[in-house]
Amino acid sequence: MLALFVMGAFYTFVAPASKVSADTGNSQQVAEGKALFAVGCSSCHGLNGEGQATGTVQGPPLAGVGAASVEFQVGSGRMPMARPAAQAPVKPNRYSEEEVAALAAYVASLGPGPAIPTPAEYNPANISEEDIARGGELFRTNCSACHNFEGAGGALPGGKYAPTLIGVSNQHLYEAMITGPQQMPVFSDGVMRPEDKRAIIAYLNNLHDQPNQGGLALGGLGPVSEGLWAWILGLGSLVGFAIWIAAKGAKAK
Amino acid sequence: MARPAETVAGTTAVEVHTPKKELGPVFKRAAGPAKWADERTGLASLSRPFIRKVFPDHWSFLLGEVALYSFVILLLTGVFLTIWYKPSMGEIEYNGSYQLLKGLHMSEAYASSLALSFDIRGGLLMRQMHHWAAMLFIAAMLTHSLRIFFTGAFRKPRELNWLLGVGLLSLGLIEGFAGYSLPDDLLSGTGLRFVDGLIRSIPLIGTWAEFFVFGGQYPGELIIPRLYMVHILLVPAILLGLIAAHLALVVYHKHTQFPGPGRNEGNVVGYPIFPVYMAKAGGFFFIVFGVVTLMGALMQINPLWMFGPYTPTEVTAGSQPDWYMGFVEGAIRIMPNWESHIGGTTWSWNVAIPGLGLMGLMFGLMAIYPFVEAWVTGDKKEHHILERPRNNPTRTAFGVAAMTCYAMFWIGGGNDLVATQFHVSLNAVTYFLRVAVFVAPVLAFIVTKRICVGLQRSDAERLLHGAESGIIERDPSGQYSEMHRPISQGEAYTLTQHEEHPALLPAEEMGDMSSRELRLEQLRRKASRFYFIDTLRKPTRAELEEAAHHGDGNGHELETGHDGIGHGNGHHGDGDGGNGHDDGHHFITSGGTTTEGSKH
Repeated sequence: MLALFVMGAFYTFVAPASKVSADTGNSQQVAEGKALFAVGCSSCHGLNGEGQATGTVQGPPLAGVGAASVEFQVGSGRMPMARPAAQAPVKPNRYSEEEVAALAAYVASLGPGPAIPTPAEYNPANISEEDIARGGELFRTNCSACHNFEGAGGALPGGKYAPTLIGVSNQHLYEAMITGPQQMPVFSDGVMRPEDKRAIIAYLNNLHDQPNQGGLALGGLGPVSEGLWAWILGLGSLVGFAIWIAAKGAKAK
Repeated sequence: MARPAETVAGTTAVEVHTPKKELGPVFKRAAGPAKWADERTGLASLSRPFIRKVFPDHWSFLLGEVALYSFVILLLTGVFLTIWYKPSMGEIEYNGSYQLLKGLHMSEAYASSLALSFDIRGGLLMRQMHHWAAMLFIAAMLTHSLRIFFTGAFRKPRELNWLLGVGLLSLGLIEGFAGYSLPDDLLSGTGLRFVDGLIRSIPLIGTWAEFFVFGGQYPGELIIPRLYMVHILLVPAILLGLIAAHLALVVYHKHTQFPGPGRNEGNVVGYPIFPVYMAKAGGFFFIVFGVVTLMGALMQINPLWMFGPYTPTEVTAGSQPDWYMGFVEGAIRIMPNWESHIGGTTWSWNVAIPGLGLMGLMFGLMAIYPFVEAWVTGDKKEHHILERPRNNPTRTAFGVAAMTCYAMFWIGGGNDLVATQFHVSLNAVTYFLRVAVFVAPVLAFIVTKRICVGLQRSDAERLLHGAESGIIERDPSGQYSEMHRPISQGEAYTLTQHEEHPALLPAEEMGDMSSRELRLEQLRRKASRFYFIDTLRKPTRAELEEAAHHGDGNGHELETGHDGIGHGNGHHGDGDGGNGHDDGHHFITSGGTTTEGSKH
């Protein structure tokens, strides 16, 4: 969270002013967001987003996390959390788009942070094949260690995990990179240029659109599931055939 | 639960009838060329011992064949792969047809593996078949070795063949791992990094050994060509030689067989290889080939285009070796991070113990086990009749304990996937396994041994009281009881033919032994007590006759007092038998209702 603060502050210096749907200048929207916040978020994050560091129910302070963070966390259903846990799981989002925008506007008004990116920022367009391949290299260098080569996700210590990236929207991929939710580090524009982020997104889009060359993917979990299938289906069926062969035909009594 | 009795009365005698020998069309047509070849090469007399080898019928005898056939498939598909694969770490820019890697720099090895997958007709099928066959090869070898172990087929005179088998299994691991590392994708490179760590963890000489293997610092530019040589020449040649020796010994020793009527240490009951087993085994080869082809065609394995080219700076979650190295991977994953620095040297216990130590332990234990057991029993006889696993409960329990330990390490190798797929904490999985690798085998040992003794009890029950008939009788006092009918002589033979090993009491006097010999002898006797003290003594002739006598009565209850006789166990003076066998066990007299349920 400290990193978030720092990065959020850093971002305000380097980020160009962007058009956001969560407009902190719109006092009407901020007020609506504050009301929603008081109902859905304040039990952990405090009535003014100041956070709670003690007690059984804890939440980080939200000043400076930015509208992008709210859009990611609430838009993907992670927030509000159903109960305190090592990590917030994805679940259906119960807020309407306007409500998410209002919440984002309110939290953004608490302190400067990354704004919600526009489609032009996160959607890869007119990207060359070489750039997609470069996105793959960037993905393997920066992301696959936690998220797996296919973006299928992976385990982290203490019950935490890197979630799957399959089926995640481009906007959420981009927002995750600029805000660094939960265990994820922040990939600010100083660390990774926006076009690099788009290249990664383009690579993931292409990777997940690929047909499964070579047959059924068996879960896409690598050698563990392959070994399971080799034993159960491969050796299992051959043992079945062996039983059949030994039982049939000429038999010595 | 209740098996029907195999009654003698139920089998109708079949008259012996030998049809006049007549050759089929194939034999008639082959006779000419066969004679031609025989007159020039002496083929008939050369091949006679082999083609007349008798092969008993049991499915578990075909597990080794699965391994053999997988090996043949590996050779065939491997030849295809060598035609296209380039064992070079030279860096090139990829311009093949897989768009997501276009323009990336990679080794020629990886580029040619991609070409095999996307640009060469049939290449992906061959690659996937090769990989699936490799998984099956080692799985079949391991399963085969379990069959040998649990049936005691490693006993004299087959100890050497057991050792050959252990050699084949360990070489299979090396061969598989060398192959896994060849494509030079991110996953195989990570595996190579793992091996690099293993080599470096060898105390004192680790760094030198690493430089020797990699021709300099990891990864260098030599390892792929070197592994290629190991993978396609060195290890396969040794494997071929060992397989030939393994099979030659199988022919020389003759096949083992499960106990049964008409089977003894001096014969093998079955059909000769030619022609019956030739057809069965030949057919089985095509079945194995078919299964591997289907797997290669329908199930994706090692999608190396997704992993990307290997660079030492990258890694991916879900990096695992193929299953046969999973136990080593698991051991390393759950090992506490112990390391010591002694006078300028680093001792990486965290890698050396689970990595090198565990592999050495596994194959070492496998190799010495036959000799340990022979020493404990003092058994110098030849054995061609297999032991039923229940009749050697301690060995069976050792086997299951080893399997359990292996399984725990295996789970450790996939601890991250256990965590993500079952939504548990990675740390919890790891801590659990740290305890489980020691505790679970002990539990498995105890449980297995009890199950074996329980099965022995059920055998004794069948021998003494016959089989449950499923007929419930109600006597005038209102008590219900199930009638039992005697089992066939053949089954009784099968249940009683096994040898029993005594649990030896400590030696009382030295005799002419030196004190060292005495200590060794006492140790052996202690071990024999550990092995055999709980084994159920099989009913004696007198007990069987006594039971049969009761059965010959007029179908009335056995008295409780007599019922306990058959259930004394090996304990000294601790007769706990008889419980649970009281009341209500009837025999149907042979003149009575034996018409139903008799199937031979």
